Amino acid sequence: MMDWTALRLSLSLAGWTVFILLPLAIIAARFLAFNRPRGKNVIEALIALPLVLPPTVFGYYLLVAFGPHHWLGNGYQALFGRTFAFSFEGLLAASLLMNIPFAVQPLQRAFEAIPANVREAAWCSGLSRWRTFRQIEMPLAWPGLAGAAALTFSHTLGEFGVVLMVGGNIPGETKTIAISIYDRVQAFDDVAAGKMAALLLLISFLTVAVVFMLAEKRHDS
Amino acid sequence: MTHNTQETGLVVRLSQAEPIPLAAELQCGAGELLALVGPSGSGKTTILRALAGLTRIKQGKISCAGEIWFDSTVCLSPQQRRVGYVFQDYALFPHLNAQDNVALAVPSPGKAEQRFIADAWLERVHLAGFGKRYPAELSGGQRQRVALARALAREPVLLLLDEPFSAVDRTTRERLYEELSLLRRDLDMPIILVTHDLGEAQMLADRITVLHHGMTLQSDTPDRLVRQPINERVARVIGHRNIFTATVTAHEPENGYTVLSWFGQEIRAGLCLEFSVGSLVRWLIPKGYILLEYQVRPAGFERENQVSGVLAGCLTLGDTVQARFLPDHAPEVPIYLEVSAHDARHAGVAEGIRISISMHARDIHLMLPSPHF
Repeated sequence: MMDWTALRLSLSLAGWTVFILLPLAIIAARFLAFNRPRGKNVIEALIALPLVLPPTVFGYYLLVAFGPHHWLGNGYQALFGRTFAFSFEGLLAASLLMNIPFAVQPLQRAFEAIPANVREAAWCSGLSRWRTFRQIEMPLAWPGLAGAAALTFSHTLGEFGVVLMVGGNIPGETKTIAISIYDRVQAFDDVAAGKMAALLLLISFLTVAVVFMLAEKRHDS
Repeated sequence: MTHNTQETGLVVRLSQAEPIPLAAELQCGAGELLALVGPSGSGKTTILRALAGLTRIKQGKISCAGEIWFDSTVCLSPQQRRVGYVFQDYALFPHLNAQDNVALAVPSPGKAEQRFIADAWLERVHLAGFGKRYPAELSGGQRQRVALARALAREPVLLLLDEPFSAVDRTTRERLYEELSLLRRDLDMPIILVTHDLGEAQMLADRITVLHHGMTLQSDTPDRLVRQPINERVARVIGHRNIFTATVTAHEPENGYTVLSWFGQEIRAGLCLEFSVGSLVRWLIPKGYILLEYQVRPAGFERENQVSGVLAGCLTLGDTVQARFLPDHAPEVPIYLEVSAHDARHAGVAEGIRISISMHARDIHLMLPSPHF
Protein backbone atom coordinates (compact mmCIF):
# COMPACT_ATOMS: atom_id res chain seq x y z
CA MET A 1 0.00 0.00 0.00
CA MET A 2 1.24 3.45 -0.88
CA ASP A 3 2.41 5.51 2.12
CA TRP A 4 0.94 8.87 1.12
CA THR A 5 1.84 10.47 4.47
CA ALA A 6 5.51 9.64 3.91
CA LEU A 7 5.36 10.94 0.36
CA ARG A 8 3.74 14.21 1.50
CA LEU A 9 6.39 14.57 4.20
CA SER A 10 9.21 13.94 1.71
CA LEU A 11 7.81 16.48 -0.76
CA SER A 12 7.34 19.00 2.04
CA LEU A 13 10.90 18.42 3.30
CA ALA A 14 12.33 18.76 -0.22
CA GLY A 15 10.25 21.86 -0.92
CA TRP A 16 11.28 23.61 2.30
CA THR A 17 14.91 22.65 1.76
CA VAL A 18 14.92 24.19 -1.71
CA PHE A 19 13.01 27.26 -0.53
CA ILE A 20 15.35 28.00 2.37
CA LEU A 21 18.64 26.80 0.94
CA LEU A 22 18.63 28.37 -2.53
CA PRO A 23 18.69 32.04 -1.50
CA LEU A 24 21.52 31.32 0.94
CA ALA A 25 23.33 29.27 -1.68
CA ILE A 26 23.03 32.13 -4.20
CA ILE A 27 24.69 34.51 -1.74
CA ALA A 28 27.47 32.04 -0.87
CA ALA A 29 28.05 30.91 -4.46
CA ARG A 30 28.15 34.46 -5.80
CA PHE A 31 30.57 35.50 -3.08
CA LEU A 32 32.89 32.58 -3.81
CA ALA A 33 32.66 33.07 -7.57
CA PHE A 34 33.49 36.78 -7.60
CA ASN A 35 35.89 37.06 -4.65
CA ARG A 36 39.04 35.43 -3.42
CA PRO A 37 38.60 35.43 0.33
CA ARG A 38 41.40 34.18 2.52
CA GLY A 39 40.99 30.44 3.00
CA LYS A 40 38.75 30.03 -0.03
CA ASN A 41 39.99 26.46 -0.56
CA VAL A 42 39.10 25.55 3.01
CA ILE A 43 35.61 27.04 2.63
CA GLU A 44 35.11 25.13 -0.62
CA ALA A 45 36.33 21.92 0.99
CA LEU A 46 33.88 22.38 3.88
CA ILE A 47 31.06 22.95 1.42
CA ALA A 48 31.95 19.78 -0.47
CA LEU A 49 32.31 17.70 2.70
CA PRO A 50 28.74 16.25 2.71
CA LEU A 51 29.47 14.82 -0.75
CA VAL A 52 32.27 12.59 0.49
CA LEU A 53 31.27 11.93 4.10
CA PRO A 54 29.27 8.71 4.64
CA PRO A 55 25.68 9.77 5.45
CA THR A 56 25.77 7.76 8.65
CA VAL A 57 28.85 9.64 9.86
CA PHE A 58 27.30 12.98 8.95
CA GLY A 59 24.01 11.85 10.54
CA TYR A 60 25.81 10.73 13.68
CA TYR A 61 27.41 14.12 14.26
CA LEU A 62 24.12 15.87 13.63
CA LEU A 63 22.36 13.50 16.00
CA VAL A 64 24.89 14.37 18.71
CA ALA A 65 24.57 18.11 17.99
CA PHE A 66 20.79 17.98 17.96
CA GLY A 67 20.63 15.81 21.11
CA PRO A 68 19.82 17.09 24.61
CA HIS A 69 23.46 16.94 25.74
CA HIS A 70 24.64 19.50 23.20
CA TRP A 71 23.95 23.23 23.50
CA LEU A 72 22.12 23.25 20.17
CA GLY A 73 19.69 20.44 20.96
CA ASN A 74 19.44 21.59 24.55
CA GLY A 75 18.68 25.15 23.54
CA TYR A 76 16.03 24.04 21.08
CA GLN A 77 14.39 21.86 23.73
CA ALA A 78 14.42 24.72 26.24
CA LEU A 79 12.78 27.03 23.69
CA PHE A 80 10.20 24.76 22.11
CA GLY A 81 9.72 22.06 24.72
CA ARG A 82 10.61 19.15 22.42
CA THR A 83 13.71 17.50 21.06
CA PHE A 84 15.41 18.83 17.98
CA ALA A 85 16.48 15.37 16.87
CA PHE A 86 13.57 13.20 15.75
CA SER A 87 11.53 16.26 14.76
CA PHE A 88 10.64 17.65 11.32
CA GLU A 89 12.60 20.81 12.09
CA GLY A 90 15.66 18.74 12.98
CA LEU A 91 15.24 16.78 9.80
CA LEU A 92 14.97 20.00 7.81
CA ALA A 93 18.13 21.38 9.46
CA ALA A 94 19.98 18.16 8.59
CA SER A 95 18.63 18.28 5.06
CA LEU A 96 19.78 21.88 4.65
CA LEU A 97 23.31 21.03 5.76
CA MET A 98 23.43 17.84 3.71
CA ASN A 99 22.38 19.66 0.55
CA ILE A 100 24.82 22.59 0.74
CA PRO A 101 27.14 21.22 -1.97
CA PHE A 102 24.24 20.31 -4.25
CA ALA A 103 22.93 23.86 -4.06
CA VAL A 104 26.16 25.86 -3.91
CA GLN A 105 28.38 24.12 -6.44
CA PRO A 106 26.18 24.40 -9.59
CA LEU A 107 25.46 28.01 -8.72
CA GLN A 108 29.11 28.83 -8.10
CA ARG A 109 30.09 27.31 -11.46
CA ALA A 110 27.31 29.29 -13.15
CA PHE A 111 28.41 32.61 -11.61
CA GLU A 112 32.05 31.82 -12.42
CA ALA A 113 31.09 31.29 -16.06
CA ILE A 114 29.89 34.90 -16.38
CA PRO A 115 32.75 36.86 -17.98
CA ALA A 116 34.05 39.59 -15.68
CA ASN A 117 33.71 42.22 -18.38
CA VAL A 118 30.01 41.48 -18.86
CA ARG A 119 29.41 42.54 -15.26
CA GLU A 120 31.71 45.51 -15.74
CA ALA A 121 29.87 46.46 -18.93
CA ALA A 122 26.67 46.49 -16.88
CA TRP A 123 28.22 48.84 -14.29
CA CYS A 124 29.56 51.08 -17.06
CA SER A 125 26.07 51.09 -18.56
CA GLY A 126 24.89 52.65 -15.32
CA LEU A 127 23.35 49.55 -13.73
CA SER A 128 23.66 49.41 -9.95
CA ARG A 129 25.13 46.29 -8.36
CA TRP A 130 21.61 45.13 -7.46
CA ARG A 131 20.26 45.70 -10.99
CA THR A 132 23.32 43.97 -12.41
CA PHE A 133 22.57 41.02 -10.14
CA ARG A 134 18.89 40.93 -11.12
CA GLN A 135 19.11 41.71 -14.82
CA ILE A 136 22.46 40.29 -15.84
CA GLU A 137 23.90 37.82 -13.34
CA MET A 138 20.78 35.87 -12.39
CA PRO A 139 19.49 35.39 -15.94
CA LEU A 140 22.94 34.19 -16.98
CA ALA A 141 23.25 31.94 -13.92
CA TRP A 142 19.72 30.56 -14.45
CA PRO A 143 20.84 27.09 -15.64
CA GLY A 144 22.96 26.83 -12.48
CA LEU A 145 19.99 27.85 -10.35
CA ALA A 146 17.78 25.29 -12.07
CA GLY A 147 20.42 22.63 -11.60
CA ALA A 148 20.85 23.49 -7.94
CA ALA A 149 17.07 23.34 -7.36
CA ALA A 150 16.71 20.02 -9.18
CA LEU A 151 19.64 18.41 -7.41
CA THR A 152 18.61 19.65 -3.97
CA PHE A 153 14.99 18.62 -4.41
CA SER A 154 15.63 15.14 -5.75
CA HIS A 155 18.53 14.50 -3.42
CA THR A 156 16.32 15.36 -0.43
CA LEU A 157 13.60 13.04 -1.69
CA GLY A 158 16.03 10.17 -1.91
CA GLU A 159 18.15 10.82 1.21
CA PHE A 160 18.17 7.86 3.52
CA GLY A 161 21.12 7.57 5.87
CA VAL A 162 21.06 11.01 7.45
CA VAL A 163 17.25 10.97 7.70
CA LEU A 164 17.33 7.67 9.54
CA MET A 165 20.04 8.82 11.94
CA VAL A 166 18.58 12.24 12.74
CA GLY A 167 14.88 11.71 12.20
CA GLY A 168 14.33 8.12 13.13
CA ASN A 169 11.15 6.69 11.79
CA ILE A 170 8.20 8.62 13.24
CA PRO A 171 5.19 8.48 10.92
CA GLY A 172 3.96 11.94 9.90
CA GLU A 173 6.96 13.62 11.53
CA THR A 174 10.19 12.15 10.21
CA LYS A 175 9.27 9.07 8.20
CA THR A 176 10.09 9.97 4.62
CA ILE A 177 9.24 7.94 1.54
CA ALA A 178 12.75 6.53 1.35
CA ILE A 179 12.43 5.21 4.92
CA SER A 180 8.97 3.90 4.14
CA ILE A 181 10.29 1.92 1.15
CA TYR A 182 12.96 0.44 3.42
CA ASP A 183 10.22 -0.45 5.97
CA ARG A 184 8.13 -2.16 3.34
CA VAL A 185 11.09 -4.20 2.10
CA GLN A 186 11.85 -5.25 5.68
CA ALA A 187 8.22 -6.37 6.00
CA PHE A 188 8.47 -8.34 2.69
CA ASP A 189 5.78 -6.08 1.20
CA ASP A 190 7.43 -5.98 -2.20
CA VAL A 191 4.38 -4.66 -4.01
CA ALA A 192 4.13 -1.49 -1.88
CA ALA A 193 7.92 -1.03 -1.94
CA GLY A 194 7.93 -1.41 -5.71
CA LYS A 195 5.09 1.06 -6.20
CA MET A 196 6.67 3.66 -3.94
CA ALA A 197 10.11 3.18 -5.50
CA ALA A 198 8.62 3.62 -8.97
CA LEU A 199 6.78 6.76 -7.88
CA LEU A 200 9.93 8.20 -6.31
CA LEU A 201 11.82 7.41 -9.48
CA LEU A 202 9.16 9.13 -11.57
CA ILE A 203 9.03 12.23 -9.37
CA SER A 204 12.81 12.54 -9.32
CA PHE A 205 13.02 12.11 -13.08
CA LEU A 206 10.23 14.60 -13.74
CA THR A 207 11.77 17.18 -11.40
CA VAL A 208 15.13 16.99 -13.08
CA ALA A 209 13.63 16.89 -16.59
CA VAL A 210 11.28 19.84 -16.05
CA VAL A 211 13.94 21.98 -14.42
CA PHE A 212 16.50 21.23 -17.12
CA MET A 213 13.92 21.90 -19.81
CA LEU A 214 13.15 25.27 -18.24
CA ALA A 215 16.84 26.06 -18.02
CA GLU A 216 17.35 25.17 -21.67
CA LYS A 217 14.35 27.24 -22.76
CA ARG A 218 15.53 30.25 -20.81
CA HIS A 219 19.03 29.84 -22.17
CA ASP A 220 17.80 29.68 -25.78
CA SER A 221 15.47 32.65 -25.54
CA MET B 1 37.25 71.10 -30.75
CA THR B 2 37.14 72.77 -27.38
CA HIS B 3 40.50 73.80 -26.06
CA ASN B 4 39.55 74.40 -22.48
CA THR B 5 40.31 70.85 -21.42
CA GLN B 6 40.13 71.71 -17.72
CA GLU B 7 36.43 72.46 -17.93
CA THR B 8 34.98 70.28 -20.64
CA GLY B 9 37.57 67.61 -21.33
CA LEU B 10 39.45 64.92 -19.52
CA VAL B 11 42.51 65.55 -17.38
CA VAL B 12 44.31 62.54 -15.97
CA ARG B 13 47.34 62.02 -13.76
CA LEU B 14 47.95 58.53 -12.42
CA SER B 15 50.87 57.04 -10.56
CA GLN B 16 51.61 53.85 -8.68
CA ALA B 17 54.54 51.50 -8.25
CA GLU B 18 52.58 48.25 -8.13
CA PRO B 19 50.88 45.97 -9.02
CA ILE B 20 51.21 47.57 -12.46
CA PRO B 21 53.68 50.49 -12.52
CA LEU B 22 52.07 53.64 -13.83
CA ALA B 23 53.22 57.20 -14.38
CA ALA B 24 50.69 58.56 -16.80
CA GLU B 25 49.49 62.01 -17.71
CA LEU B 26 46.80 62.56 -20.29
CA GLN B 27 44.64 65.37 -21.51
CA CYS B 28 41.84 65.06 -23.99
CA GLY B 29 39.56 67.88 -25.01
CA ALA B 30 35.84 67.60 -25.69
CA GLY B 31 35.29 66.19 -29.16
CA GLU B 32 38.92 65.13 -29.42
CA LEU B 33 40.01 61.56 -30.08
CA LEU B 34 43.16 60.60 -28.22
CA ALA B 35 44.75 57.25 -29.02
CA LEU B 36 46.78 55.40 -26.40
CA VAL B 37 49.43 53.41 -28.23
CA GLY B 38 51.96 51.02 -26.81
CA PRO B 39 53.04 47.41 -26.80
CA SER B 40 51.21 44.72 -24.82
CA GLY B 41 51.64 45.27 -21.10
CA SER B 42 52.33 48.98 -21.47
CA GLY B 43 49.35 49.85 -19.24
CA LYS B 44 46.88 51.05 -21.89
CA THR B 45 43.96 48.98 -20.69
CA THR B 46 44.80 49.64 -17.04
CA ILE B 47 44.50 53.37 -17.69
CA LEU B 48 41.21 52.88 -19.50
CA ARG B 49 39.86 50.78 -16.63
CA ALA B 50 41.01 53.41 -14.14
CA LEU B 51 39.13 56.06 -16.12
CA ALA B 52 35.99 53.95 -16.02
CA GLY B 53 36.36 53.31 -12.28
CA LEU B 54 36.91 49.57 -12.75
CA THR B 55 40.46 49.65 -11.40
CA ARG B 56 41.61 51.80 -8.52
CA ILE B 57 45.01 53.39 -8.89
CA LYS B 58 47.06 54.29 -5.81
CA GLN B 59 47.56 57.98 -6.54
CA GLY B 60 46.49 60.59 -8.99
CA LYS B 61 43.60 62.62 -10.20
CA ILE B 62 40.97 62.13 -12.85
CA SER B 63 38.61 64.91 -13.76
CA CYS B 64 36.17 65.00 -16.61
CA ALA B 65 33.68 67.61 -17.74
CA GLY B 66 34.62 69.77 -14.77
CA GLU B 67 33.87 67.05 -12.22
CA ILE B 68 36.48 65.25 -10.13
CA TRP B 69 36.09 61.51 -10.52
CA PHE B 70 39.15 60.41 -8.61
CA ASP B 71 41.70 61.95 -6.28
CA SER B 72 42.98 61.32 -2.77
CA THR B 73 39.51 61.85 -1.26
CA VAL B 74 37.07 61.03 -4.08
CA CYS B 75 36.58 57.81 -6.01
CA LEU B 76 33.37 57.69 -8.01
CA SER B 77 31.96 54.29 -8.93
CA PRO B 78 31.61 53.30 -12.62
CA GLN B 79 27.88 54.02 -12.32
CA GLN B 80 28.55 57.58 -11.18
CA ARG B 81 31.06 58.44 -13.91
CA ARG B 82 28.85 58.40 -17.03
CA VAL B 83 31.41 56.64 -19.16
CA GLY B 84 30.64 54.85 -22.40
CA TYR B 85 32.93 51.83 -22.59
CA VAL B 86 33.37 49.63 -25.65
CA PHE B 87 35.20 46.53 -24.44
CA GLN B 88 37.73 44.66 -26.55
CA ASP B 89 35.43 41.67 -27.03
CA TYR B 90 32.37 43.94 -26.72
CA ALA B 91 31.00 42.25 -23.55
CA LEU B 92 27.44 42.28 -24.83
CA PHE B 93 24.81 40.75 -22.57
CA PRO B 94 24.33 37.36 -24.25
CA HIS B 95 20.80 36.79 -22.92
CA LEU B 96 19.45 40.10 -24.26
CA ASN B 97 18.79 41.05 -27.85
CA ALA B 98 20.55 43.99 -29.47
CA GLN B 99 17.71 46.37 -28.64
CA ASP B 100 17.66 45.42 -24.96
CA ASN B 101 21.46 45.49 -24.78
CA VAL B 102 21.30 49.14 -25.77
CA ALA B 103 18.06 49.96 -23.93
CA LEU B 104 19.54 48.86 -20.61
CA ALA B 105 22.08 51.69 -20.83
CA VAL B 106 19.53 54.41 -21.68
CA PRO B 107 19.21 56.62 -18.59
CA SER B 108 15.59 57.69 -19.14
CA PRO B 109 12.91 55.86 -17.18
CA GLY B 110 10.21 53.80 -18.89
CA LYS B 111 10.87 50.68 -20.90
CA ALA B 112 9.04 51.88 -24.04
CA GLU B 113 11.06 55.08 -24.18
CA GLN B 114 14.31 53.21 -23.52
CA ARG B 115 13.56 50.86 -26.43
CA PHE B 116 12.64 53.76 -28.67
CA ILE B 117 15.94 55.48 -27.93
CA ALA B 118 17.79 52.18 -28.31
CA ASP B 119 16.31 51.74 -31.79
CA ALA B 120 17.42 55.25 -32.70
CA TRP B 121 20.98 54.44 -31.61
CA LEU B 122 20.94 51.16 -33.51
CA GLU B 123 19.88 53.09 -36.58
CA ARG B 124 22.75 55.56 -36.02
CA VAL B 125 25.21 52.67 -36.17
CA HIS B 126 23.54 51.18 -39.27
CA LEU B 127 21.81 48.35 -37.45
CA ALA B 128 18.17 49.28 -38.03
CA GLY B 129 16.14 46.09 -38.13
CA PHE B 130 18.68 44.09 -36.12
CA GLY B 131 17.20 44.97 -32.73
CA LYS B 132 15.62 41.58 -32.12
CA ARG B 133 18.79 39.62 -32.85
CA TYR B 134 20.81 38.17 -30.02
CA PRO B 135 24.59 38.72 -29.85
CA ALA B 136 25.22 35.14 -30.93
CA GLU B 137 23.28 35.85 -34.13
CA LEU B 138 25.36 38.91 -35.05
CA SER B 139 28.67 39.12 -36.90
CA GLY B 140 31.77 40.58 -35.24
CA GLY B 141 31.26 43.96 -36.89
CA GLN B 142 27.59 44.07 -35.92
CA ARG B 143 28.45 43.23 -32.32
CA GLN B 144 30.97 46.03 -32.29
CA ARG B 145 28.28 48.42 -33.49
CA VAL B 146 25.86 47.25 -30.80
CA ALA B 147 28.58 47.79 -28.21
CA LEU B 148 29.19 51.29 -29.55
CA ALA B 149 25.45 52.04 -29.57
CA ARG B 150 25.20 50.81 -25.96
CA ALA B 151 28.15 52.97 -24.92
CA LEU B 152 26.63 56.05 -26.54
CA ALA B 153 23.11 55.36 -25.29
CA ARG B 154 24.43 55.96 -21.80
CA GLU B 155 24.82 59.65 -22.77
CA PRO B 156 28.44 59.53 -21.66
CA VAL B 157 30.68 62.48 -20.95
CA LEU B 158 33.66 60.28 -21.83
CA LEU B 159 33.84 57.54 -24.46
CA LEU B 160 36.39 54.75 -24.01
CA LEU B 161 37.23 52.35 -26.83
CA ASP B 162 39.40 49.37 -25.89
CA GLU B 163 40.90 47.92 -29.07
CA PRO B 164 37.43 47.88 -30.62
CA PHE B 165 38.65 46.81 -34.05
CA SER B 166 40.92 43.94 -33.06
CA ALA B 167 38.28 41.21 -33.26
CA VAL B 168 37.00 41.89 -36.77
CA ASP B 169 38.34 41.07 -40.23
CA ARG B 170 40.19 43.66 -42.28
CA THR B 171 37.33 44.61 -44.60
CA THR B 172 34.93 45.10 -41.71
CA ARG B 173 37.59 47.03 -39.83
CA GLU B 174 38.06 49.49 -42.65
CA ARG B 175 34.32 50.06 -42.88
CA LEU B 176 34.14 50.55 -39.11
CA TYR B 177 36.99 53.09 -39.25
CA GLU B 178 34.98 55.07 -41.73
CA GLU B 179 31.81 54.85 -39.70
CA LEU B 180 33.55 55.89 -36.50
CA SER B 181 35.16 58.85 -38.26
CA LEU B 182 31.76 59.99 -39.51
CA LEU B 183 29.98 59.33 -36.22
CA ARG B 184 32.49 61.21 -34.10
CA ARG B 185 31.87 64.44 -35.95
CA ASP B 186 28.65 64.64 -33.93
CA LEU B 187 30.16 63.55 -30.63
CA ASP B 188 31.22 66.29 -28.26
CA MET B 189 32.83 64.24 -25.51
CA PRO B 190 36.51 63.27 -25.17
CA ILE B 191 37.16 59.90 -26.81
CA ILE B 192 40.02 57.63 -25.74
CA LEU B 193 40.98 54.84 -28.11
CA VAL B 194 43.32 52.11 -26.94
CA THR B 195 45.16 50.33 -29.72
CA HIS B 196 48.45 48.62 -30.36
CA ASP B 197 48.16 49.46 -34.05
CA LEU B 198 49.92 52.73 -34.81
CA GLY B 199 48.41 52.86 -38.30
CA GLU B 200 44.93 52.69 -36.79
CA ALA B 201 45.79 55.46 -34.35
CA GLN B 202 47.24 57.63 -37.12
CA MET B 203 44.07 57.19 -39.15
CA LEU B 204 41.56 57.92 -36.41
CA ALA B 205 43.16 60.04 -33.71
CA ASP B 206 43.64 63.78 -33.36
CA ARG B 207 46.49 63.10 -30.98
CA ILE B 208 48.41 60.02 -29.93
CA THR B 209 49.92 59.26 -26.55
CA VAL B 210 52.69 56.67 -26.52
CA LEU B 211 52.90 54.43 -23.47
CA HIS B 212 55.70 52.16 -22.40
CA HIS B 213 55.90 50.26 -19.10
CA GLY B 214 53.01 52.36 -17.79
CA MET B 215 54.71 55.67 -18.61
CA THR B 216 53.34 58.23 -21.02
CA LEU B 217 56.35 59.05 -23.20
CA GLN B 218 54.94 61.51 -25.70
CA SER B 219 51.60 63.02 -26.68
CA ASP B 220 51.46 64.59 -30.09
CA THR B 221 49.63 64.80 -33.37
CA PRO B 222 50.02 61.63 -35.44
CA ASP B 223 52.22 63.34 -38.01
CA ARG B 224 54.58 64.96 -35.49
CA LEU B 225 54.78 61.79 -33.44
CA VAL B 226 55.84 59.69 -36.42
CA ARG B 227 58.23 62.25 -37.89
CA GLN B 228 59.58 63.73 -34.69
CA PRO B 229 59.53 61.33 -31.76
CA ILE B 230 61.04 63.04 -28.73
CA ASN B 231 63.57 60.31 -28.10
CA GLU B 232 64.78 56.97 -29.30
CA ARG B 233 62.58 55.06 -26.90
CA VAL B 234 59.44 56.57 -28.42
CA ALA B 235 60.85 55.96 -31.89
CA ARG B 236 61.42 52.29 -31.10
CA VAL B 237 58.00 51.85 -29.45
CA ILE B 238 56.25 53.19 -32.52
CA GLY B 239 58.25 50.87 -34.72
CA HIS B 240 60.98 53.00 -36.31
CA ARG B 241 63.94 50.95 -37.49
CA ASN B 242 65.97 53.52 -39.39
CA ILE B 243 67.77 55.01 -36.40
CA PHE B 244 71.48 55.65 -36.82
CA THR B 245 74.33 57.31 -34.98
CA ALA B 246 76.22 60.21 -36.59
CA THR B 247 78.45 63.14 -35.63
CA VAL B 248 77.39 66.76 -36.10
CA THR B 249 79.99 68.37 -38.37
CA ALA B 250 78.47 71.78 -39.08
CA HIS B 251 75.42 74.01 -38.88
CA GLU B 252 74.39 75.98 -41.95
CA PRO B 253 71.74 78.41 -40.74
CA GLU B 254 71.78 80.21 -44.05
CA ASN B 255 70.73 77.02 -45.89
CA GLY B 256 68.65 75.63 -43.03
CA TYR B 257 70.81 72.53 -42.59
CA THR B 258 72.63 70.71 -39.85
CA VAL B 259 75.31 68.58 -41.45
CA LEU B 260 76.18 65.12 -40.11
CA SER B 261 78.87 62.63 -40.81
CA TRP B 262 77.48 59.11 -41.02
CA PHE B 263 80.19 56.51 -41.66
CA GLY B 264 81.98 59.16 -43.71
CA GLN B 265 78.89 60.00 -45.77
CA GLU B 266 77.55 63.52 -45.45
CA ILE B 267 73.92 63.68 -44.36
CA ARG B 268 71.99 66.95 -44.28
CA ALA B 269 69.19 67.28 -41.79
CA GLY B 270 66.91 70.22 -41.06
CA LEU B 271 68.66 72.87 -38.96
CA CYS B 272 68.83 71.78 -35.33
CA LEU B 273 71.03 74.06 -33.25
CA GLU B 274 70.50 72.23 -29.96
CA PHE B 275 73.21 69.73 -30.94
CA SER B 276 76.70 71.23 -30.89
CA VAL B 277 79.25 70.57 -33.59
CA GLY B 278 81.26 67.47 -32.72
CA SER B 279 78.52 65.86 -30.64
CA LEU B 280 77.03 62.44 -31.29
CA VAL B 281 73.37 62.35 -32.33
CA ARG B 282 70.88 59.75 -33.42
CA TRP B 283 69.17 60.45 -36.68
CA LEU B 284 65.97 58.90 -37.88
CA ILE B 285 64.02 58.65 -41.08
CA PRO B 286 60.63 56.90 -41.35
CA LYS B 287 60.85 54.04 -43.83
CA GLY B 288 58.04 55.44 -45.95
CA TYR B 289 59.91 58.73 -46.50
CA ILE B 290 62.84 57.31 -48.43
CA LEU B 291 62.75 58.05 -52.16
CA LEU B 292 63.93 55.69 -54.85
CA GLU B 293 66.11 57.53 -57.32
CA TYR B 294 63.71 57.47 -60.27
CA GLN B 295 60.88 58.98 -58.20
CA VAL B 296 59.61 62.40 -59.19
CA ARG B 297 60.09 64.89 -56.42
CA PRO B 298 58.24 68.15 -55.89
CA ALA B 299 59.58 71.14 -57.76
CA GLY B 300 62.30 73.04 -55.92
CA PHE B 301 63.80 70.01 -54.21
CA GLU B 302 67.33 69.06 -55.05
CA ARG B 303 68.39 65.49 -54.71
CA GLU B 304 69.22 65.49 -51.05
CA ASN B 305 71.20 62.91 -49.19
CA GLN B 306 71.75 60.63 -52.11
CA VAL B 307 73.10 57.20 -51.13
CA SER B 308 74.01 54.34 -53.46
CA GLY B 309 73.81 50.71 -52.55
CA VAL B 310 72.26 47.30 -53.12
CA LEU B 311 68.83 45.98 -52.29
CA ALA B 312 69.30 42.93 -50.11
CA GLY B 313 65.77 41.88 -49.40
CA CYS B 314 62.40 42.65 -50.95
CA LEU B 315 59.14 41.49 -49.52
CA THR B 316 55.79 42.30 -51.07
CA LEU B 317 53.16 42.81 -48.36
CA GLY B 318 49.84 43.62 -50.00
CA ASP B 319 50.08 47.06 -51.58
CA THR B 320 53.59 47.78 -50.35
CA VAL B 321 57.06 46.44 -50.83
CA GLN B 322 59.39 46.37 -47.85
CA ALA B 323 63.05 46.33 -48.73
CA ARG B 324 66.43 46.33 -47.03
CA PHE B 325 68.97 48.67 -48.61
CA LEU B 326 72.68 48.18 -47.97
CA PRO B 327 74.61 51.43 -48.55
CA ASP B 328 77.91 51.04 -50.39
CA HIS B 329 79.81 53.00 -47.76
CA ALA B 330 78.40 51.03 -44.80
CA PRO B 331 76.77 47.76 -45.96
CA GLU B 332 76.60 46.51 -42.35
CA VAL B 333 74.02 49.22 -41.52
CA PRO B 334 70.89 48.48 -43.53
CA ILE B 335 68.27 51.13 -44.23
CA TYR B 336 64.73 49.83 -44.29
CA LEU B 337 62.43 51.29 -46.89
CA GLU B 338 58.82 50.91 -47.85
CA VAL B 339 57.49 51.80 -51.28
CA SER B 340 54.16 51.21 -52.91
CA ALA B 341 53.96 48.08 -55.04
CA HIS B 342 53.29 50.32 -58.03
CA ASP B 343 56.44 52.40 -57.50
CA ALA B 344 58.46 49.26 -56.85
CA ARG B 345 57.34 47.76 -60.16
CA HIS B 346 58.07 51.02 -61.94
CA ALA B 347 61.59 51.22 -60.49
CA GLY B 348 62.26 47.55 -61.18
CA VAL B 349 62.83 46.89 -57.51
CA ALA B 350 64.24 43.41 -57.06
CA GLU B 351 66.63 41.65 -54.77
CA GLY B 352 70.30 42.29 -55.63
CA ILE B 353 69.84 45.32 -57.89
CA ARG B 354 71.96 48.43 -57.53
CA ILE B 355 69.93 51.48 -56.71
CA SER B 356 70.26 55.01 -55.33
CA ILE B 357 68.01 56.45 -52.68
CA SER B 358 67.60 59.98 -51.45
CA MET B 359 66.21 61.47 -48.26
CA HIS B 360 64.83 64.96 -47.83
CA ALA B 361 66.67 66.88 -45.13
CA ARG B 362 63.34 67.98 -43.65
CA ASP B 363 62.35 64.30 -43.13
CA ILE B 364 65.47 63.53 -41.14
CA HIS B 365 64.91 63.92 -37.43
CA LEU B 366 67.69 64.29 -34.86
CA MET B 367 67.52 62.94 -31.32
CA LEU B 368 69.74 62.59 -28.30
CA PRO B 369 71.37 59.18 -28.03
CA SER B 370 69.42 57.09 -25.52
CA PRO B 371 71.42 54.98 -23.07
CA HIS B 372 68.65 52.35 -23.02
CA PHE B 373 68.78 51.46 -26.69
